[in-house]
Amino acid sequence: MSVDWSWIADHTDDLTALTLSHLQAALTAVLLGLLVSLPLAVVAHRVRRLRGLLLGLSNILFTIPSIAVFVLLLPVSGLTRTTTVIGLTIYTLVVLLRNTVEGLDSVPARTKEAAKAMGTRPLRTLITVELPLALPVIMAGVRIATVMAISLVSVATYIGDGGLGQLFTDGFQRNFPTPVIVGVVLTLLLALVADALLVTVQYVLTPWTRRQKRGV
Amino acid sequence: MQPGKGLLMIQFDAVHKRFPNGTTAVQDLTLDMPEGGVTVLVGSSGCGKTTTLRMINRMVDPTSGTIRVAGRDVLEQDAAELRRSIGYVIQQSGLFPHRTVSDNIATVPLLLGWGRRKARARAAELLETVGLSADAGKRYPHQLSGGQQQRVGVARALAADPPVLLMDEPFGAVDPVVRTQLQNELLRLQRDLSKTIVFVTHDVDEAVRLGDRIAVFRTGGHLVQCAAPAELLARPADAFVADFLGAERGLKLLSLTTLAGVAQGPAPEGARWQLTLDSARKPLVWHDTENDTALPLRPLQDTDSLLSALNESIAAPSGLVARVDADGVLTGVSSREDIHDRAGRVHSEASAVAA
Repeated sequence: MSVDWSWIADHTDDLTALTLSHLQAALTAVLLGLLVSLPLAVVAHRVRRLRGLLLGLSNILFTIPSIAVFVLLLPVSGLTRTTTVIGLTIYTLVVLLRNTVEGLDSVPARTKEAAKAMGTRPLRTLITVELPLALPVIMAGVRIATVMAISLVSVATYIGDGGLGQLFTDGFQRNFPTPVIVGVVLTLLLALVADALLVTVQYVLTPWTRRQKRGV
Repeated sequence: MQPGKGLLMIQFDAVHKRFPNGTTAVQDLTLDMPEGGVTVLVGSSGCGKTTTLRMINRMVDPTSGTIRVAGRDVLEQDAAELRRSIGYVIQQSGLFPHRTVSDNIATVPLLLGWGRRKARARAAELLETVGLSADAGKRYPHQLSGGQQQRVGVARALAADPPVLLMDEPFGAVDPVVRTQLQNELLRLQRDLSKTIVFVTHDVDEAVRLGDRIAVFRTGGHLVQCAAPAELLARPADAFVADFLGAERGLKLLSLTTLAGVAQGPAPEGARWQLTLDSARKPLVWHDTENDTALPLRPLQDTDSLLSALNESIAAPSGLVARVDADGVLTGVSSREDIHDRAGRVHSEASAVAA
């Protein structure tokens, strides 16, 4: 399996477009996943009886094969980017929901108690105390969901989308390995770069978790 | 410390609290807490003292009965607004780990809409009040020691200058040395601020040190006795209270009285034990003239307690206690007998006043 470097040189514009399209699908799905799972996680965290139901439901959704999800969505949204994004969002939910619930659970009771006793109302406590303290656990979920979404985008090739995944079908059909190798490398790079960026974001957002010297 | 100007800041009137699981935490509680005084709630765990405290700022609502703060029924006030007007300190400080010390202290001012700059300035001022350095403000709580965190907890409670301070076992999680320091600091602060403080503890010594009044609770949420420390120690209402105060309660009573009233005479001349002084007439050691050895001593001032005098008189070989002025210069000595007499009188006076 040798790489045809001239093919790469000839297709830089296509490769750039595919990479951006791939990234866009994955990131939109993670953002949507966060928007959906955040309120659901708050409900699951506060209402014990709904907790099992919501987490169970997200687990069941996760077990549906990805191709089946896209096929099931076809009558609703057709062969579009929307179908890709909805499908991917469903897969991010299981990680995002679980981690957000666990993040909220991890906030010390004493801290929430203190916020209440100082006269902080519940919504403000959620936004200014609970979510910031849950952030490390939520971000761990965001990192997994992002890497997962980036790798899953390729499956949407079956419905005519799929970003870098198109390189796999292209190479496979023509029995020409270069696009396949390039697709794998670019997907991998995308995942690594996205993960590194998320680590940086978390570092910036959680200054209190950095190690510093004790004592005054 | 004088308890209050006679006004009743916090009033419990026939308050019951039964939790949904059926346990009665507080049973028919009627109790007044005077303005500017420290009321300590003591009792073993599960006696309802913490529930009582938490009903004041509506962290728990009573099943029946009325609680008034500054004359106003707490149930008729918005819970969040009520809480902002009452300082609250809990065990292990309960600080926000994701906020700097300065932002922690500024919590209530910011909730009250003071604006960042004013809230920051207030936080800086309070750091000094509770004895922390200015650069502690930029740190995060986990970078401070337990004692320092507890000071920040007190500063946070004082931030909006509330008239009432609720303290739920605030010094329960620090070592004895730091605990004594924090108690002293609280007494010093209270001399300047005269807050109405409600303090929950299970430590009798802490209650006696800090309280203007001590309320003893028994399991099941019954208030057994509420009295000034001296009265409580001299005349416990029943066997439960006596038992709770412990076998040394007579000695604890002596810790409330100073040495000032005990007679003193000149240091002995020509006896076996001689007091050695330095050039500034400060006592150094007891010198044994028979075999030329020396024993250490602890000179006492008028402000020291009768309990420490009793202790020193037992420890001193001659039975004499060296008395000094505020500068440490010898003023005279007191005998074991005089101290003992005074201790006895303190006991009978405390019993008589109560009777």
